[in-house]
Amino acid sequence: MSKYLVNLKINNMPIAVEEGTTILEAAKKLNFRIPTLCNHPDLTVAGNCRVCVVEVKGARLLAAACATPVSEGMEVLTNSEKVRIARKHIVELLLAEHNADCTKCFKNGHCELQDLSGEYRIGDHVFLDLVKPASKIQDISSPSIVKDDSKCIRCQRCVRTCTELQGVSALGVVNKGDHQRISTFLNKPLHEVVCTNCGQCINRCPTGALTERNYIEEVWNALYNPAKFVVVQTAPATRIALGEDLGIQVGERVTGKMVSALKKLGFNKVLDTDFTADLTIMEEGTELLTRLKKALVDKDEKVVLPMMTSCSPGWIKFQEHMYPELLDNLSTCKSPQQMFGAIAKTYYADKINIKAQDMIVVSIMPCVAKKFECERPEMRDSGYQDVDYVLTTRELAMMIKQAGIDFDKLEDDHYDSILGESTGAAVIFGATGGVMEAALRTAYEIVTGREVPFTNLNIKPVRGMEGIKEASIKIKSVKPEWSFLEGVELNVAIAHGLANARKLMEKVKSGEASYHFIEIMGCPGGCLGGGGQPIPTSPEIRKKRAEAIYSEDTEMVLRKSHENPEVAEIYREFLGEPLGHKSHDLLHTHYKARKRY
Amino acid sequence: MENNLKKVDIIFEIDEKQSPLAILEKTVKRPADEIILDLIDSGLKGRGGAGFPTGLKWKFTRNEDNEVKYVICNADEGEPGTFKDREIIDRVPEKIFAGMAICGFVIGAKEGYIYLRGEYNFLLKNLQKKLDEFNAGMKKAGIEFTIYIKSGSGAYVCGEESALFESMEGKRGEPRNKPPYPTVAGYNSKPTVINNVETLVYTTMICHMGPERFKALGTKDSRGSKVFSVSGDTPISGIYELELGMPLNEFVDGFGDGDTKAVQVGGASGHCVPRKKFNDTIIGFEGIPTGGSMMIFNSTRSMYNVLHDYLEFFTEESCGQCTPCRVGCQQLLKGIEAVKRGERPPAYLDDLKKLTATMKIAAKCGLGQSVGNPFNSIIDNFREEIIY
Repeated sequence: MSKYLVNLKINNMPIAVEEGTTILEAAKKLNFRIPTLCNHPDLTVAGNCRVCVVEVKGARLLAAACATPVSEGMEVLTNSEKVRIARKHIVELLLAEHNADCTKCFKNGHCELQDLSGEYRIGDHVFLDLVKPASKIQDISSPSIVKDDSKCIRCQRCVRTCTELQGVSALGVVNKGDHQRISTFLNKPLHEVVCTNCGQCINRCPTGALTERNYIEEVWNALYNPAKFVVVQTAPATRIALGEDLGIQVGERVTGKMVSALKKLGFNKVLDTDFTADLTIMEEGTELLTRLKKALVDKDEKVVLPMMTSCSPGWIKFQEHMYPELLDNLSTCKSPQQMFGAIAKTYYADKINIKAQDMIVVSIMPCVAKKFECERPEMRDSGYQDVDYVLTTRELAMMIKQAGIDFDKLEDDHYDSILGESTGAAVIFGATGGVMEAALRTAYEIVTGREVPFTNLNIKPVRGMEGIKEASIKIKSVKPEWSFLEGVELNVAIAHGLANARKLMEKVKSGEASYHFIEIMGCPGGCLGGGGQPIPTSPEIRKKRAEAIYSEDTEMVLRKSHENPEVAEIYREFLGEPLGHKSHDLLHTHYKARKRY
Repeated sequence: MENNLKKVDIIFEIDEKQSPLAILEKTVKRPADEIILDLIDSGLKGRGGAGFPTGLKWKFTRNEDNEVKYVICNADEGEPGTFKDREIIDRVPEKIFAGMAICGFVIGAKEGYIYLRGEYNFLLKNLQKKLDEFNAGMKKAGIEFTIYIKSGSGAYVCGEESALFESMEGKRGEPRNKPPYPTVAGYNSKPTVINNVETLVYTTMICHMGPERFKALGTKDSRGSKVFSVSGDTPISGIYELELGMPLNEFVDGFGDGDTKAVQVGGASGHCVPRKKFNDTIIGFEGIPTGGSMMIFNSTRSMYNVLHDYLEFFTEESCGQCTPCRVGCQQLLKGIEAVKRGERPPAYLDDLKKLTATMKIAAKCGLGQSVGNPFNSIIDNFREEIIY
């Protein structure tokens, strides 16, 4: 049903928009920018910061442009005297509650309140400083997220993110009036509550109230230390987003420049998490086929289906808190980051003749949950902490700036070998549905000896930004050893964002759907929308990043994980076979049930 | 009481011949549109303070096309200085129930809820008993309407209708963005009539006695009578039902202690009227409207302390959601403290007055919008008491 058109005027310019459009959206169409703070394209409308107030002729009150739908004959002024005075007051009030130590702030230069304050040239602060000394004590309990209440402007974007997008509700509003603030269950430190460390709140915090725990100085120290051999791995989704923080437009791939910059920063070897993403597919694909065989042929009741992916540490912690009864469904495969760490400090260290204790493994990740993951006690199979430091895409951009590297002008460079080779199947790990697609490309071929029956290997049904995707693939004409799979319809499902994961888990628990394999990514859009990616984020930005990921895949020579020659080599030289003894020791892990409170 | 004040007895009047249930039974035999016309004709406006015409509110909700609608009685009487609903709930609860059921009949609702202020839990037992009887009576009479009670938890802001709905739905009591208004999307996002306790009693009584007797009282803009909560420096504090539209000087003559310096009309969020303006101030929608609170201050009172108390109250009771209210209230409170201590010049009060102008038009709900009322009326009339 088509919607009615509503006629109105904004700053005396006529416009007709569909009914239900907000004043904010209508003004944007006329190229009038109305400032906002609590509004975010991924979240429901709050209308609580009031920065977007506008004057509607004839109305007693100013209207919050983000929350007010247009109406017929409405006359809106976005910059009248009343509006300007009110807006300036509101910014001044926010600043009065805000610990404006901007030069010391991790978000200096990336703060929406700072921008607005600059725009309105707030000079002397008219009002009294209301920052409570106690609020300046940061919560640094989490290895991933730092929470600084003194920077918080109560816009509640983080609360809505945690509730609406992630279905976690680790953050909530407590108290009222002058004591109102954003807190956790019983005001406990972040590491003691259900927080999954996904960091989506960081991506949406307009100020420095929520930031990643940064390890930039630690990494510089390692790089300056001649006794240390520092290797770096880069996650699939970093190469399509890093440019955003370095003056390059959204959706532009910067793989070669990133490698070049990392070498200039002084890393001894620049290697690729994509390599272990391919390795993950070998292990996880084999694990899936093994589980299917045990369940379908051996009728082993201990084997549970559907099998669920385990690459996303936010998702893992979510599952440990929320659905501990489904932990056996998780693939035992470590994430590609952790497989890399374990391989780097064993196989690779031997190969290049470096002692594991002298090696520092740094990860560049689109993720802040990876910072937590690398500190998990399970992740020390090399005998040392397998991955030492995790930097977000944003932190890497800062290091590149600090080093004075003109990123835009860099020549493309190549990953070092070994542990630098990868396929298109690995790079699509960065998008929702990518692990599924990569696994299917390999598993189908193992079973049938033929390529997946999709044009150019592009398994379109598992791609896209729908919250939950489902697909079925009929397996036909299998190789003799896989005869039990002949004619089987393989049912798969994919969810991204933990609120969607929760919906899918409920379906699994109720038995409403019977899947064989489920891919879950903790963040909206998958890793490309990760909590460590450049800010801002929005559905459009994530769509462009996804396009970049898939074009990177298309341009790769090798597009199936099992064709990665370095992967074949590591099995030949070191691991033996997928799910073999060595793999079990280094590449697989277990999970632990955690309480909700 | 020896004075010109016209005392009225509608709200608490007990008619031995016709119980509220009987009034209800009689009323639901009439066409709904006729009842609405009577209410509009009576001129009844909401008695909670905002003064929206009750008949229109019912009409709008009746016109909404929805299977499920609700009637809600706002018994979250939290305005400082107001205590009349408590008395009504205690003495004539059946009249409230009857008003809700009549409303349910008119708008097409099957369920009603009384949102009872958390601090009034001591009334709950008796109220529930009376309600059970009334519900049973309605059932027996074949009236398809059931009333339930929900208790609040003591937040002032939950008297704001949309925050009240949020609270009823089990969420944090924070006001919503408007539109949509309750008549379109209220409790559970369904069309909802939400009326004050006193308003509902008047609807019952107008249905009982016809609009004429009500209309004959009050003035053109303020029809009927109203229950006042009189407190402060008066020898006769208490609950009084009086005709609307009285000049404040007559009220003070009747209730003051002979030394009245100011009257706070409409509770903490209302206006402070100094002695010199008593003669020119009408209590009603054409002058200063009130939800019923009349606080009388004599010359022994410090208006700084009065204002300070109000601001402390608002600073604490702001839900904290929107910037103008959460931070604005704190600035006003700390601001007058700073001026008092000499840390800010007296002229800072004018900066704060400008701030209240922003709060009045930019805060999300009535709470933040009205803090300027006491602030400005006290600063303007008692500036020296604030500074020195």
